[in-house]
Amino acid sequence: MFGLSPDIWRPISLTLELASLTTVILLVVATPIAWWLARSQSWWSEIVASVVALPLVLPPTVLGFYLLVMLGPDGPGGAIASLWGARTLAFSFTGLVIGSVIYSLPFVVQPIRNAFAAMGDRPMEAAATLRASPWRAFWRVAVPLARPGFLTGAILGFAHTVGEFGLVLMIGGNIPGVTKVLSVAIFDFVETSRWPEAHALAAGMVVFSFVVILSMSFVEKRMGRLAS
Amino acid sequence: MRSFAQAMIMALILALTSALPARAGSTHVAVAANFMQTATTIAAAFKAATGHKAVLSFGASGGLFMQITQGAPYEILLSADQDWPRKAVEAGLALGETRFTYAIGALVLWSRDGRATLGDEALRAGDFRKIAIANPASAPYGQAALETLEALKLAAVLAPKIVQGASIAQTFQFAETGNAELAFVALSQVINRTDGGRWLVPQSLYKPLLQDAVLLNTGQANDAAGAFMAFLKSPPARALIQRQGYETGGAR
Amino acid sequence: MSDAAISISLRDQRGAFALDASFEAPGRGVTAIYGPSGSGKTTVLRCIAGLHRAAEGHVAIKGDVWQDGASFRPVHLRPIGYVFQEASLFSHLNVRGNLLFGARAATGEPLLGFDEAVSLLGLAPLLDRAPLTLSGGERQRVAIGRALLSRPRLLLMDEPLSALDRAAREEILPFLEQLHERLSLPVLYVTHDMSEVERLADQIILMEKGRVIGAGPLAQMQSDPALPLMGARDAAVSLEGEVIAFDQSYGLATLEVAGGVFLVPALKAQVGERRRLRILAGDVSLALAAPMGSTIVNILPARVLDARQSGEHQMTAVLGLGEDGEGVHLLARVTRRSWEQLALAPGLAVHAQVKGAALTPRHTGQS
Repeated sequence: MFGLSPDIWRPISLTLELASLTTVILLVVATPIAWWLARSQSWWSEIVASVVALPLVLPPTVLGFYLLVMLGPDGPGGAIASLWGARTLAFSFTGLVIGSVIYSLPFVVQPIRNAFAAMGDRPMEAAATLRASPWRAFWRVAVPLARPGFLTGAILGFAHTVGEFGLVLMIGGNIPGVTKVLSVAIFDFVETSRWPEAHALAAGMVVFSFVVILSMSFVEKRMGRLAS
Repeated sequence: MRSFAQAMIMALILALTSALPARAGSTHVAVAANFMQTATTIAAAFKAATGHKAVLSFGASGGLFMQITQGAPYEILLSADQDWPRKAVEAGLALGETRFTYAIGALVLWSRDGRATLGDEALRAGDFRKIAIANPASAPYGQAALETLEALKLAAVLAPKIVQGASIAQTFQFAETGNAELAFVALSQVINRTDGGRWLVPQSLYKPLLQDAVLLNTGQANDAAGAFMAFLKSPPARALIQRQGYETGGAR
Repeated sequence: MSDAAISISLRDQRGAFALDASFEAPGRGVTAIYGPSGSGKTTVLRCIAGLHRAAEGHVAIKGDVWQDGASFRPVHLRPIGYVFQEASLFSHLNVRGNLLFGARAATGEPLLGFDEAVSLLGLAPLLDRAPLTLSGGERQRVAIGRALLSRPRLLLMDEPLSALDRAAREEILPFLEQLHERLSLPVLYVTHDMSEVERLADQIILMEKGRVIGAGPLAQMQSDPALPLMGARDAAVSLEGEVIAFDQSYGLATLEVAGGVFLVPALKAQVGERRRLRILAGDVSLALAAPMGSTIVNILPARVLDARQSGEHQMTAVLGLGEDGEGVHLLARVTRRSWEQLALAPGLAVHAQVKGAALTPRHTGQS
């Protein structure tokens, strides 16, 4: 690919694959959570919100360690893996996806939750008075109105997964083409003093982050214009 | 009032300094991850013996070297091999004449269940999914593990099953949590444990894990640093080191 | 419950506010729910819509029970149209999209077609516009159209004009008056503005502090001594009558009501038209004998039916039009001095001098 050596383009493609899959899964998983958190009156919704937000505060290595135990034969991961004859979900792309989903969850839930909350009760009430069942009202009114939140969540979730390091280190096992993602590859290049490769990949990540931040402010501007 | 304040200040200074013997200092030591537990007990003994404090930082030897080249405030490097201290001397960051072998490591194959006791038989049987080694690029024990596998002519066969830990501690974690059935770790990590199965890898299968220490330029003027280097060679320190599963050859 | 078309009984407690409201309303025409802020009017409307679930409630429309002790039909299954105080249009759809939103899932007979609704509410030039670009009045018109196109059997309007300025309000009132005429749809209209009630309502339900203190035809309630309406500073009666003549040269229409006729200024009036007439209590004075040579055009025989003190030195009398006092009721403000000096009392025959009778404005121009 572009005449790059495998130990440069394989981490890149692996990372893009991981980030894309994680983002798609997160959009599906985060939406009902964000909806419930935005609308719930129960006192324990804040507890749930805090649990969801834990990955924001926990060091990735702590998260990684607990994941390692959970993904292994001692935890549910082992039970799931045995369905296809494996012992553990660690050291696999699947394990990385699970870890990334948990790790990036708050980054996707938060913007979507805020978008739903900003909408208020009125649009859903109006929709109900216009014969829309809660399901129809959700898809025809809430989701379109919360679109900037979805966009922000997707961008943040994607970018956050691309930048993941400590977590992957803990549960990945550094297997080329399977779990050796971009951040780990750069780390390895630095450890072994392979500066040109390290520079190339790191510079690429800087450019990528810049593009992410730009698109975020673009989305925010558009969100602001729609709201006024 | 003024004399009262003066008296208080004097008392404060006295209180602070009386706890320490005269001229007590501290030194910052970078320690290879596999030597973590041992280094901690040595530091305690060092403090008791000399009153000097040794502040320890742990990591993979390669990573520590990287940090030293970038000006990390370490004064002594306790590496997991001989290469990194030598490179430090060559880079002009350390004093060549202070380099000596402080410990000789032993490689161990460990498993959470009992299978590792079968040693190379367990490896040949191949009845496992994952075997963990430390990243050979930055951890000498990982390099030693690879050498062992090559010597046993199993490197190619087992390559798909190898997973790498970023450090020797992480490598051990993989096996401890059961994610990898086998792991190549340092003897010092398991010497005080009774669980699991272990196989002391014959020295003939890998290049000796000579672990060298060197005084860095930053520690040259620090008495505490020099005292630590000396303490490492002393009989009490050696006894501690041996108790943790290392050999201590004579100083070079 | 009787077989009145709209039968409501609600009991609820929210914090310090206790709602205990029961009333019936006819299945046609506009029933206003009127009261000061905080009297519970909006809560009642929301309970009828199902947006708020009253602790105890009975809601039945034309025999269809929407809520009782055992059941609660959710909002989207109630055939209502709801117009909020702030239009609350969907900002991600244009006007056409908003109008058609409720039409798709609606069941039952359509009230009116899309084009009819558009022309009734003057929305044709706005169809492709985005809601945020519309004025307050335009948005409310779209909101009304949207509600009508969802095939409601009951239209609920929650202070639809409160958030608009005078000009926008005047712009929409004619549309509401037309709705009233063109569609046989019962409307529950919440407001704290008496002028809206006077222009639109046939029936009024009076609320105060969460309770219904009176319910019935408008003119009757306006002159009911037991109710606070009569004592208000701008107390008035709204009479409905038929135009029996129109004098273009003097710009005067003759309006016939039960018990008498009024001559009222009008720009345009058609014989046979039904129009509303508003007469302020303060514009009615009394004379024991018919005065001669007065510039006051409307002097009608009437009988005093009742009277209440409405201020420290003021009385408000209820009059029945006609010699026998059997016609429509009027209110008259009289100073206490005059009341005592003329020995006015219930039963007495008098002449009512009505100074400023005004026809409620009619929308001219559009069909």
